[in-house]
Amino acid sequence: MRASFTRLLTAIAATVLIVGCSTSPEGSTDGAPVIDPVTGKPAASGKPGAQASKIPGVDLTAKGGPGEADPRLKSGILARRSIYYDYDQFDVKDEYRGVVEAHAKYLRENPAARMLIQGNTDERGSREYNVGLGQRRSDGVKKMLVLLGARDNQIEAVSLGEEKPQAEGHDESAWSKNRRSDMLYGGEY
Amino acid sequence: MVFRWLWLCGLWLLFAAPGARAQLQIEITGATAQRTPIAIAPFAGEPALGANAITAIVRADLERSGLFRALELPPLNPLPTESSSISYPEWRSRLADALVVGSVASRPDGRFEVRFRLYDVVKQTNMGGIAYTMAKNQVRATAHRIADFVYEKLTGDKGVFSTRIAYVVKRGNRYELQIADADGAGEETALASFEPIISPAWSPDGRRLAYVSFENKKPVVYVHSLLDGKRSVAANFRGSNSAPAWSPDGKTLAVTLSREGGSQIFLVNPDGSGVRRITTSASIDTEPRYSPDGKWIYFTSDRGGSPQIYRMASTGGEPQRVTFEGSYNVSPRLSPDGKTLAYITRNSGRFQVALQDLASQQVQIITDSDRDESPSFAPNGRMILLATVIGGRGLLSAVSADGRFKQRLSAATGGDVREPAWGPLIE
Repeated sequence: MRASFTRLLTAIAATVLIVGCSTSPEGSTDGAPVIDPVTGKPAASGKPGAQASKIPGVDLTAKGGPGEADPRLKSGILARRSIYYDYDQFDVKDEYRGVVEAHAKYLRENPAARMLIQGNTDERGSREYNVGLGQRRSDGVKKMLVLLGARDNQIEAVSLGEEKPQAEGHDESAWSKNRRSDMLYGGEY
Repeated sequence: MVFRWLWLCGLWLLFAAPGARAQLQIEITGATAQRTPIAIAPFAGEPALGANAITAIVRADLERSGLFRALELPPLNPLPTESSSISYPEWRSRLADALVVGSVASRPDGRFEVRFRLYDVVKQTNMGGIAYTMAKNQVRATAHRIADFVYEKLTGDKGVFSTRIAYVVKRGNRYELQIADADGAGEETALASFEPIISPAWSPDGRRLAYVSFENKKPVVYVHSLLDGKRSVAANFRGSNSAPAWSPDGKTLAVTLSREGGSQIFLVNPDGSGVRRITTSASIDTEPRYSPDGKWIYFTSDRGGSPQIYRMASTGGEPQRVTFEGSYNVSPRLSPDGKTLAYITRNSGRFQVALQDLASQQVQIITDSDRDESPSFAPNGRMILLATVIGGRGLLSAVSADGRFKQRLSAATGGDVREPAWGPLIE
């Protein structure tokens, strides 16, 4: 309670200071121009300076989670959603071919199903160039799914670059888990 | 009664503390050999604002530039002010090349009048001064303005102490886009999210930030007004939308879109209208940046097999390769005078900041860290802010353009700091 009260007083004091901030209409007394310290312009207007103005915050952290997806997607081969890559490689390796074929079949048989493919990279290098490299991976998976009969408009290929690592380490064992494409169905993201 | 107080407290906290407050702390890790010795006398009447409330910030600003060394002064009695007559030999004997004196006076309306004057002690000249009228909470802004004046008079370059920086702090799974004064103080959270935020870019007027947010599970480019917190989508096409860069007139954003397959550069109006493609390749073309004169767009492309920097006319056209040394050169940024290109180069497995003189093609690596990212020129071109990793922790580093003077800015309460963008000069 005491702490809250102190914070309340601080908040009130801060508000008073913000409200109380305006620039002077008067001139200086020794000939030097009176300049508003925030705008750098001669003090004249009554608008508050940038330092006292509060940047209004936007908080997205209160949003809810994803919805429910088809339970058939949660078992068997359709539960496998990640494709991993070697360093600087973008093609789907043979060992993941069965997984991609199973998802292509599901998409073919469920025209209403929608898929988001997120391409990912390891942490090395430029974040934005890595967005491009992740896109190359997700584009590759999408292309393969479409060749196997999924419709183009069912699938959106995007990239998360290096931003969403599966493993947090800074060595090859972590990096090899982060060079991947993840397939998500509508309702899962 | 108790509940009423709690309700009030909660309500106020919404306004007073939208996110964790944690200003950046600065650590200087290198110095230039030649720093101008400057005496900054305490201002008469300054204790009314707090001991050395203004002069300590002026001093810290000037020292942080790497170009000045503030002298330790004995107690001065009486304190010289902007209206005192100055004994140049006396200040010369204290080894000062320059001297700042001033005063603070309370006004009947509760505000303060702050005056100062700058002297060149060597040339024995009065270099001028300014009087500010300010509220008590404008101490930092006033001090930065004084430091800007002193810096410009003594170096000939614009001071950047009144500018702001944007950066992203990641704490656990929380990402905050923050805005702070150039010295890392006074930070405010513009956006908090549980999904990554990257690539903040200041509009030329300093009122808006474009950035990439992953809040929709894919990269989308937003434009965010700092005045009212309103956000609008600048690019949310099918696929990925990223790497926003403002044209110098603020009317166009260059962005990277995958909507036509691959990653290609497009131009779009900041309100999301008028999208048009300007690169046509089967490679990754990304990280566009306008030259300060608006004529060129520099960008990263792997069309030659490895990522290198190219440039093309900002209206489109045949790209020309700009970087030739090494097999990984990314994240181009033009200096404000358009003469130098900063970028990240991979040098024996280490990612470092390189500067290339565009006339002579001379390349110099100016950092010795190994995970540098996202260089950003100060608006006077004298410093480069970048993100790096030291001891497993993300922090910002500011390096002088000659590479000799370095400082680190880290989050005082933990977390990784990254994606810096130095804001423009606000005239």
